[in-house]
Amino acid sequence: MTPGSYLPGHFLPVAIFLFVGIAVGVGMLVFSRLVSPRRPYREKLMTYESGITPFSDAHQKFSIRYYIIAMLFLIFDIEAVFLYPWAVAYDRIGLYGLVEMVIFIIILLVGYVYAWKKGALEWE
Amino acid sequence: MPDMQQIINFIITIGIPVVVLLSFILANAMYLQLMERKVLAHMQSRLGPMRTGWHGLLQPVADAVKFMFKEDIIPAKADKWVFSLAPLIFLVMAFGAFVAIPFGPDTVIFGRTVHLWVSNLNIGVLYIVALAGIGTYGVIMAGWASNNKYSLMGGFRSAAQMISYEIPMAFAIVTVALMAGSLNLTEIVQAQSQKWFIIVFPVGPVAFFLYLIAGVAETNRAPFDLPEAESELVAGYFTEYSGIRFGIFYMAEYMNMMIVSLLASIMFLGGWMPVQIFPKLLGGIPPISWINTALAAIPPTLWLLAKLYFFIFFYMWIRATLPRYRYDQLMTIAWKILLPISLGTLLVAAFMKQAGWM
Repeated sequence: MTPGSYLPGHFLPVAIFLFVGIAVGVGMLVFSRLVSPRRPYREKLMTYESGITPFSDAHQKFSIRYYIIAMLFLIFDIEAVFLYPWAVAYDRIGLYGLVEMVIFIIILLVGYVYAWKKGALEWE
Repeated sequence: MPDMQQIINFIITIGIPVVVLLSFILANAMYLQLMERKVLAHMQSRLGPMRTGWHGLLQPVADAVKFMFKEDIIPAKADKWVFSLAPLIFLVMAFGAFVAIPFGPDTVIFGRTVHLWVSNLNIGVLYIVALAGIGTYGVIMAGWASNNKYSLMGGFRSAAQMISYEIPMAFAIVTVALMAGSLNLTEIVQAQSQKWFIIVFPVGPVAFFLYLIAGVAETNRAPFDLPEAESELVAGYFTEYSGIRFGIFYMAEYMNMMIVSLLASIMFLGGWMPVQIFPKLLGGIPPISWINTALAAIPPTLWLLAKLYFFIFFYMWIRATLPRYRYDQLMTIAWKILLPISLGTLLVAAFMKQAGWM
């Protein structure tokens, strides 16, 4: 099968199903809005903070650790994206593909070891 | 203008599967909650819900009605649009993943060959992983938009956890794709007709174990349920959600669990292939050969569902058994243990395939 032959026939049901999913979600929200009570007052609309009056805003600085994790994730996830087609085509590319991928993974491993030694993977 | 025949064909090939799949997902998303409460209750020597219907069988209906009729509160300080959009994104991404799941081989029903899938995507696994990645946005949007410190912490933790465990999971999936030579879920099942991938030593069991751990972490379930650790973060990213929006998060979480379980069954346990007791070694000996014949006579779809519910039961079981990890332990497991093992497994699988041992 050529790659092009997949597109409309196979992704049309996907689009329909996603649309049905949105319809179900929106339908539930709309129905709930129609039948549920609505009696807001100031205290009810406060954010929950274990019973005390919330102080300051929650949108403030957060730990830089999450940022580093996100960057490491990007690197390895892009590696995974390269690996998917490689794995599918492995039967056809054989030894050449294996050697290429080993070199690619070694380069990434160097970065991984560097990140580990620098303490990017520590969490305190 | 399309003629009648085309419209009927369209309804039969797309309409009916969509409706059937939708009812299957919604019924499961409702009743798995009851199953979880019952399983946990019995593991803790309780009875669980008993009052609504026989042994609480109407409990999910009562819950659904209550979700609908509860006041839906949006906090005054919340970002209203993002707050409203977050549960929808989470739900639609969980829904969408089911499209690519094949529930059995082509079957003849009423003299017509029926495919038991909605769409046989050639990149099935990749599509599901991609949708799971977008689902992370729902979580982090919910955490940020609530403008609540607990929600924010829960959202960050959840996002960091989901992306950290996505990497070992992706490598485990690539290992399967390598063994099967395809990303199409139907072809992955067919590749296991001789030998399920879980018993392809040594890479099969390791990849399965990696996938299992990463799958539990991806769905934010115990022992990796830090994003909603009730003793420290109230309810994590959905602390501020009430009424139907909370219900949507709750349902979507069970859908994600089903997706992870279905993928585990399809990629490692042979999908709809029946269980056989040592077919090559003992297949000819009478009592065992009879059992094998009987097992093979069970419809394939029932086998897949049996495996699905086995995994879901397993999830509930470990939730009742294991205590929660600390956050630093969680990150150490993902980055220092699972990641190197999963890369190693992939390389070993590649070498084995090159050497023709597989």
